[in-house]
Amino acid sequence: MTKLTDLTVVQALNGLKNKEFSAVELVHAHIDGMQKAACLNAFITETPELALAQARVSDARRASGHAKALDGIPLAIKDLFCTRGIRTTSASKMLENFVPPYESTITQKLLDAGAVTLGKTNLDEFAMGSTTATSYFKPTINPWTEGDILGAKRKLIPGGSSGGSAAAVAARIALAALGTDTGGSIRQPASLTGTVGIKPTYGRCSRFGIVAFASSLDQAGPMTRNVEDAALMLKLMSGFDEKDSMSVDIPVPDYTQALGKGVKGLKIGIPSEYRIKGMNADVDAVWQKAADMLKAAGAEVMDITLPHTKYALPVYYIIAPAEASSNFAKYDGVRFGLRVNGESLNDMYDMTRSEGFGKEVQRRIMIGTYVLSAGYYDAYYLRAQQVRRLIRQDFINAFKKCDVILTPAAPSPAFAIEEKQKDPLQLYLEDVFTVTLNLAGLPGICLPVGLSSEKLPIGMQLIGKAFDEETLISAARSLEESANFTHKPLFTV
Amino acid sequence: MQNNSNPITKETVANIANLARIKVTDEEKPAMADELNVILNWVVQLDEVNTVGIEPLVNVNDEDYGSLRSRPDIVNDGNIQTQILANAPSAAMGFFTVPKVIE
Repeated sequence: MTKLTDLTVVQALNGLKNKEFSAVELVHAHIDGMQKAACLNAFITETPELALAQARVSDARRASGHAKALDGIPLAIKDLFCTRGIRTTSASKMLENFVPPYESTITQKLLDAGAVTLGKTNLDEFAMGSTTATSYFKPTINPWTEGDILGAKRKLIPGGSSGGSAAAVAARIALAALGTDTGGSIRQPASLTGTVGIKPTYGRCSRFGIVAFASSLDQAGPMTRNVEDAALMLKLMSGFDEKDSMSVDIPVPDYTQALGKGVKGLKIGIPSEYRIKGMNADVDAVWQKAADMLKAAGAEVMDITLPHTKYALPVYYIIAPAEASSNFAKYDGVRFGLRVNGESLNDMYDMTRSEGFGKEVQRRIMIGTYVLSAGYYDAYYLRAQQVRRLIRQDFINAFKKCDVILTPAAPSPAFAIEEKQKDPLQLYLEDVFTVTLNLAGLPGICLPVGLSSEKLPIGMQLIGKAFDEETLISAARSLEESANFTHKPLFTV
Repeated sequence: MQNNSNPITKETVANIANLARIKVTDEEKPAMADELNVILNWVVQLDEVNTVGIEPLVNVNDEDYGSLRSRPDIVNDGNIQTQILANAPSAAMGFFTVPKVIE
């Protein structure tokens, strides 16, 4: 029999249904895995006792004939989702001891579906980064790292910000995980760890109870080991929520029905602007291979143009810090989070925020404050919002010709942090292929398609029309079948 | 947008830090000015784009699904004082407390 930790979510559900194993056994196997994988630092907070209690309840529910859609499935939750009674740190010193009195809508939906919580996963502080190395806690290590993890010469980053969730899924610690994506934080780590991640259309999944970074860009999404599991998870996570003022009230299709539809007759666009200068040759080769696979499966592959692509990162690095600087005004040492006492009230604010926020978070708050300040608002923030519309319009025009767009998800395979941290701009480029979707509000999926010359995974991104996750999933499932990516990380539990 | 390079001086850093309520020491100011200048000199490329007559995009879904939703201004929860104060760094008699403001 396959190891319990190697199952997919759908296989595990079938095994539970056919009484091949119990939820307690399944969860036990994953708790053991979590302990074996402690060297990866995938988790900030582990909740094994809670997981076992939930598993026992799940087994009883199944025995009584009332099993739910995700009953008994152990999940890892990015530590940006508020979980009632379980501390939620955002990987920041600011929230090191914050215990939410309420549950996020998405985690509540999954709990209602019978899911089991293994713990809260590591991330870049407040989701600001693409490495999981800016966490106030230890950095997460990519399970594709060669050799003994602790002694490895070249410790690879798992990408970020949802790097803990990506590492947990890749290393078989969790069957699936929750991530969030503001500029690529689900898709880029998925690419670097050989996993599948979906950023849904803006408004599809509720943001209620997710620690806000840039509110006009933030979306939650599933991280899994295949497209089928991602479709199932997305179905359970999606839907209107009156507690999120930007939630869109439209029906949620059954995404699992889209899995077998194939790509025959589908038009797949390849944007020339994504072939960037100095592009990694392996990434380029896998991109070409993916286009060929879709063509062989019956799709029509065509060149398209997204002329404002090169402006997406600069737009993002005005809008995201601006929104963050406003959102982060609430961290004042008064109502929750860290307080560092000073001589006066103002001094307390200053000390609390300079000690509570890490370097990258402070940098972004400073940038955001500057671009919103009197005299600069029109020149920076307003102009960025105008260019944002042009970027969205590029996609609207492209989707008049094609149904789905195929691009890489990250500019290179996984790397060691020392190799790219010379200046912040170099790391900002990690999001060059993903950030456009957040600005345009569009859905995207990343799935593993090939290996680099160093035997590291390379993921491809498919981009869909707004609220057309179904076509995205059909195309992704077809590409997954053709690519038949069966490689595993060097470290699994 | 400012086309002259390095719009951020030590003085600007002090001003932004004050607005953002972040303590930045005098020693940290030059390095922070440099870092912010690198970013601002990079985003300045947006000046190349012709944005005349382009409506700023605030909400990606407002054209198709309407703008920000509001609800009736009616209290829909309450009586959770203990929960609200549970994470307070300092609370007394049902209030958040702060350092003395008036001498």
